[in-house]
Amino acid sequence: MQTILLGPIDYGILVVYFAFVLGIGWALKRYMKTSSDFFLSGRSIPAWVCGLAFLSANLGAQEVIGMAACGAKYGIMTSHFYWVGAIPAMVFVGIFMMPFYYGSKARSVPEYLKLRFDEKTRAFNAISFAVMTVFSSGISMHVLARLLEQILGFEYNMCIWVSATIVLVYIFLGGLTSAIYNEVLQFFMIVLGFFPLVMIGLKQAGGWGSLVKTLSTVATDPGNPAGRALSSGAWTESWQHIANPMANPMGVEWFGMVMGLGFVLSFGYWCTDFLVVQRAMAANSMSAARRTPLIAAVPKMIFPLLVILPGMVAIALHYNFDQTKFRIPCDPKALAEKAALDQLHWVGMDAKQFTEAQKKQLAETRQDIQTKIETRKMDDALKAMVAKWEAEIGKNDKQHLDYNMVIPALLQYYLPSGLLGLCLTALMASFMSGMAGNVTAFNTVWTYDIYQSYIRPGQPDRHYLHMGHIITVVGIVISVACAYVAKGFNNIMDMLQLVFGFVNAPLFATFLLGMFWRRATGHGAFWGLVAGTVAAALHHGLTLPAGAAVGIKGGWLIGEAAKACHVYPVDMAQNFWAAIYAWTSCFVVTIGVSLLTPQNKSAEDLRGLVYSLTPKQTEAGVPWFKQPAALGVVVMLAAIVLNIIFW
Amino acid sequence: MNLDVRYPIGLLFSVVGVMMAVFGLLSDPAIYQRSLGVNVNLWWGLVLLVFGLLMLFLAWRGGQSPDKKP
Repeated sequence: MQTILLGPIDYGILVVYFAFVLGIGWALKRYMKTSSDFFLSGRSIPAWVCGLAFLSANLGAQEVIGMAACGAKYGIMTSHFYWVGAIPAMVFVGIFMMPFYYGSKARSVPEYLKLRFDEKTRAFNAISFAVMTVFSSGISMHVLARLLEQILGFEYNMCIWVSATIVLVYIFLGGLTSAIYNEVLQFFMIVLGFFPLVMIGLKQAGGWGSLVKTLSTVATDPGNPAGRALSSGAWTESWQHIANPMANPMGVEWFGMVMGLGFVLSFGYWCTDFLVVQRAMAANSMSAARRTPLIAAVPKMIFPLLVILPGMVAIALHYNFDQTKFRIPCDPKALAEKAALDQLHWVGMDAKQFTEAQKKQLAETRQDIQTKIETRKMDDALKAMVAKWEAEIGKNDKQHLDYNMVIPALLQYYLPSGLLGLCLTALMASFMSGMAGNVTAFNTVWTYDIYQSYIRPGQPDRHYLHMGHIITVVGIVISVACAYVAKGFNNIMDMLQLVFGFVNAPLFATFLLGMFWRRATGHGAFWGLVAGTVAAALHHGLTLPAGAAVGIKGGWLIGEAAKACHVYPVDMAQNFWAAIYAWTSCFVVTIGVSLLTPQNKSAEDLRGLVYSLTPKQTEAGVPWFKQPAALGVVVMLAAIVLNIIFW
Repeated sequence: MNLDVRYPIGLLFSVVGVMMAVFGLLSDPAIYQRSLGVNVNLWWGLVLLVFGLLMLFLAWRGGQSPDKKP
């Protein structure tokens, strides 16, 4: 993909946006008088602001780039990440769980675990969460810098330090409030930045009807992104082909999808991840805190239009290359492999017959060509060779396209200077809101759940406010270090994310039992979490996705792929089932150990923490559209209607 | 907090909207061939400007409500 050239107007929009972001931090600085102001926004934010921040904090690197990539690869089935994998959980946390989080006066999710269970359960959650958030922030930073390097030719180090400095300044000055206000700003920037791209793309595709027709060609093509011919509606129908994993482009079946994604993973994220729950805990009343996730659910439902549809348009345009001249860029590694074979005159030879010396020569040539492609230092002969293979892969081998470049390719294809600057600003905003969300969650958990609890308890409030400022700087510095680790050692970051997945998968079972079963004990919760984590790791070590080698993809307990206990069609199915095993193990072990250990908390201790001992919230005299239960019903009905429309 | 978030949102989109609309008026129409011939900068700039002004109005009106007055 050619470098996108920005004009003065594009830089102007970027500069104005960043000036406003920093200005918000500066304007809020004078309100940061106590640690509660800095970490909890003084619990003074209105519901609609918290709701948009709740959504925006989740709009990290994954969302805009990743979901557009999935839209091209899997079509409308990607909407399951929204209408199944988010909305029900957001309704549940708003109606049933916020009364405990907000009403218990806990300042963080780990602190709720301490109040409900015990110190060791809190420590397990706080430490794993703190480590995870700074790593996530670092990965977000790395992905942003790599993307800007690839599409704009910006220097990697400059991207890292500029993005880190901007996030640091506005959080250091204005704490959580600054992060929340900027997340709202970023939400509007993303919506208003990407909407024209969607409209122009859909118009050129000939409208929805014409797009459906083109996507039926994609689905029935044996060389499509799924690598197998499917029935004509596979890219435009979300539920019809889910009975058999081989009949849909995602390669998952309905039970794994509904239970793994729709229940365990989605409830585990939206209901227990402090990164998003913190936004609701900053609300100015119990009612506002409960409405926060429900307000967020409304735009979340419509987001597939903004992030999945461009991916579907892109694959349709790619298939009509003769008319559109639009092409999704190739995966640089696959492209370099083809060019290396060509350069060595080995095209058509059976790679399995290569000697060790030939394999080594091929790997070195491929690496050399890949570096030249990525740094754009190709001579004319190599350029011609790469162009030839790019056309070949683009036409006949759509599994080896670089789907993460769908959005940048569409920006370059459609947008003139001006709107291009707005869209790129929106893209950067999405990355930075994810980074800032992680940093604010990290500094709160560190200060309240680790520093105040285990290192320096009993200090005056001013001391913890000061610590908040220090740890914000430390958190950003660690994030930057993680970004460089991700750049140099991609496998280390993959492994860390895998381990975080093991720790996160069982969490929702602990919270569910903690909030709705008063007999659950601290020992039960702790050993349940440990059992769930071990179950997820064991499942990963014993199974493999089809075609994967033993290692980071699984199977490391059995040593060779042929002995895997179960082979999943794709790694997404493996992840969904790992979550199901982890959740079930945690649920069963928590109940078992709780029944064998005494409950050390009295009914008085558990008031406000457990459903049966907490006074029910009444909303008498409040108009129906401000009542969480009524809002929840409306949101769920809308999600069901969307699922039926795209059935 | 006493800062209404609608002020910075309204101000930002008003400024960006004006920038884009002015650029749309001054720029060479040839650059809009790739966006299906529509002067997207002018039209979308005006949309952003209207959105920004609406936000500023809502923030101003919110500041005038009885519970906000001293």
